[in-house]
Formats: sequence, C-alpha cells, structure tokens
Amino acid sequence: MWKWLHPYANPEVSYHFAGRMLPWLSALAALFLSIGIVWALAFAPADYQQGDSFRIFYLHVPAASLSMGIYLGMAIAAFTSMVWQFKLADASAAAMAPVGAVFTAIALFTGAAWGKPMWGTWWIWDARLTSELILLFLYLGVIALHSAFEDKNLAGKAAGILTLVGVINLPIIKYSVEWWNTLHQGSTISKLGKPSMTADMLWPFLFCFIGFILLVTLVICIRFRSEVLSRNSIRPWVRTLVSTQLAATEK
Amino acid sequence: MNPRRKKRLTIVASILIGIGVVAGLVLYALSQNIDLFYTPSEITAGKKDSGIKPSVGQRIRIGGLVVPDSVKRDPDNLKVTFDLADMKMPIVFDKNDPMIAVYYEGILPDLFREGQGIVANGTLTRDSSGRLYVEASEVLAKHDENYMPAELADAQGKDYKKLEYTEKQLKSKN
Repeated sequence: MWKWLHPYANPEVSYHFAGRMLPWLSALAALFLSIGIVWALAFAPADYQQGDSFRIFYLHVPAASLSMGIYLGMAIAAFTSMVWQFKLADASAAAMAPVGAVFTAIALFTGAAWGKPMWGTWWIWDARLTSELILLFLYLGVIALHSAFEDKNLAGKAAGILTLVGVINLPIIKYSVEWWNTLHQGSTISKLGKPSMTADMLWPFLFCFIGFILLVTLVICIRFRSEVLSRNSIRPWVRTLVSTQLAATEK
Repeated sequence: MNPRRKKRLTIVASILIGIGVVAGLVLYALSQNIDLFYTPSEITAGKKDSGIKPSVGQRIRIGGLVVPDSVKRDPDNLKVTFDLADMKMPIVFDKNDPMIAVYYEGILPDLFREGQGIVANGTLTRDSSGRLYVEASEVLAKHDENYMPAELADAQGKDYKKLEYTEKQLKSKN
C-alpha cells in the first residue's frame, strides 16, 4: 500500500521532487495571496463594531492556524523519524521549525497590534495567549536543539523528543477559548457548523488562507532542499550536482 | 512491520499517551487558576464545581456583560460606574440576575458599550451597605467571534453605537 512512497526515502529523489514543486507552488502562492490580500484589505466589508481594524483578521488567523499546522507537521515528521528511523524526516522537521516559529511570532505580533485598539491591552496572560507564547518557545527550543549537535542524527532525536512532548500544547491552544474564561474570543472559522462571518468576508479569508498554506509549503520545500544538500554533502550525487552547477555559472 | 519498529512504535506511543494523561490531569487540577476571570455569579455564589469564592480585599478579574442603562458617568472627572451580569445565551438581562458593580476611573476602551462583554481588573470591595463591588484599575473590552458588515448588523437590529450618555446619566453623581 505504501510502496509508491518508497522511492522518496532516497534523498536524491526527494530533493528533485521538491525542486519540481517550486515553480508551481510559487505561482499559485503569488496568485492566491495577491487576490486574497487585495480583496481582504480593499474590498471586503468593514466589521460593524471594529471597522477597518478587523482586517488584521486576514493575517492573524492564517498565521495562527499555520503556526499550529506546521507544528503538527513537524511532530508527524519527528514521529516517523523516531519509529522508522527515517533520516529525511529529521531534515524536513529541521526545515519546518524556523518557518513555524516565524508564523507563531506573526500571530503573536498581529494579535498584540489588534488587541491594543480593541481590547485595550497589548498583552494579557489568558490561556490562549499564554499557550501560543509557549508554542513559540517550543519552536525556539526545537531550532536550538537541531543546531546544538554536530551529529545530525543525535540532533534530530533530541529535537524530536521535544517536538513530540510539545504536541500536548496543540489541543490546549485550540480549545483554550472553550475550556477556560479568556479575553480572546472563540473560533470564527475552525469549528463545527457555519463560520461566524458573512460570505463576503469569508471568501477573501479562504484565498488568504490557501495562499499562506502554499507560501509555507514553498518556503519549507526550499529549506528542505538545502537541509538535504548539507546533510548529504559527502555523497557523490551532491558533489556532481554542485560541480555541474558551478560549471554552469562559470560559463 | 518488523519487530524493532513495532517495539519503538509502542514505546513512543505509550510515552505520548502517558504525557497526554499527565498534562490532562494537571490542567484539570489547575483549571480554576487558568480561568482569566470570575463571572458575577461566581463572585456571589462561588465557582460551579469547587465553590471557591474570592474574598473581600482580593485582587481579581471580573468578566461579564455591561448591564444596559447601568453606566453612570461623573461629568466632572473620569469616574464611571456600571453593573456587570453573567453572559448567557440568548442575551437577556434580568433584574434578579447576580450583578456586581464596577467602579473605575480612567478612559474606557473603544469597544466599551452597554451589552458588551468586558473584563475588569481590580479589588473586590464591600461597601457600607454590604454590597460587593469591584474597584477597577483596568477595564478591557471583550468582543465575540462574529464579524459582519454594518448593513447586516442594521438589518438584524443590532445596537452597536458607541457609548453615549443620556442627560440623566451625566447629571447623576455617583
């Protein structure tokens, strides 16, 4: 059943597969993001209470959901690496960590910038904000562990353990607004039932959201390729690749 | 799956489940402390499952809906008082609901409206007649997860005008 996946365990095959995805991902990400952001910032209606300040929603919500989505991806990679001792999984986890950290930081920053005019404060230690801040620290820990060891297998193992322990934080972030009293409001989009916004506000959001997913995938592919190269730098296929590239630039 | 992988899978899975159970129990035990605020009914009657009540003089956060027509503003300074009631669906205000008054001196956030959810940070105090109130040092507005254009809000008959004080409110001193 999983036979079709087996060739991709080979770093060279995966490297070239990720390379072939790049033009598609960049074209689609540019398309979706440009439609989504222009629609969201210029044409979507303003909120009845918050006015135009509400538009930060279109950046804040995709960033926050992706910060959790990337973490989930990293945890799946850490899990496969731990059980199947599959080295490429570590490379992909290492590629995802900084992207996730950046999106967590964006979510925290846009949240603070939104909270100041609407709630009246930049920061409050409620369950949602605190657990999202812990997610940022988890990402920073994972990044630190990946670069703390010379031996990349050891680094992958250490970072993988932290990643898997940190997975507990994901349901806490997601359900914090339901389990406890928080200043942060409940979910608008990611919940059972109808989204709590009108269609003319929801459509630009979907474009932005898909656009950000594509952008994240693109950045992770680029980072994954360089991770694979640096981890396999003594392999003959990398050497030939580098020497042909060098020859091509020298001409 | 070969035996070594199977063994690793069981070990990793059981550790993860163990951590999950531990985290769940810790959060369950701490759940009262993770709540950001007390609701007015929790201040008068105690938390639902543990019966914990804040004591007079304690610094607390209180969260609830601003009771319509309860906002009183001192025209000479920034002092303002209002009552808070529990949020419940559908939103109705009943005179018999537990309510806690909040005294505050300062600028209210933009989203502060009657009927709006707010969180106030302050000291629980008892006045001479034995009524509990909160002497707030900070008032934060809470908004819900529903967004809509103004036209739709008008069509639904929502009242979202910024806070305006009636003559009566402006004249009444606290």
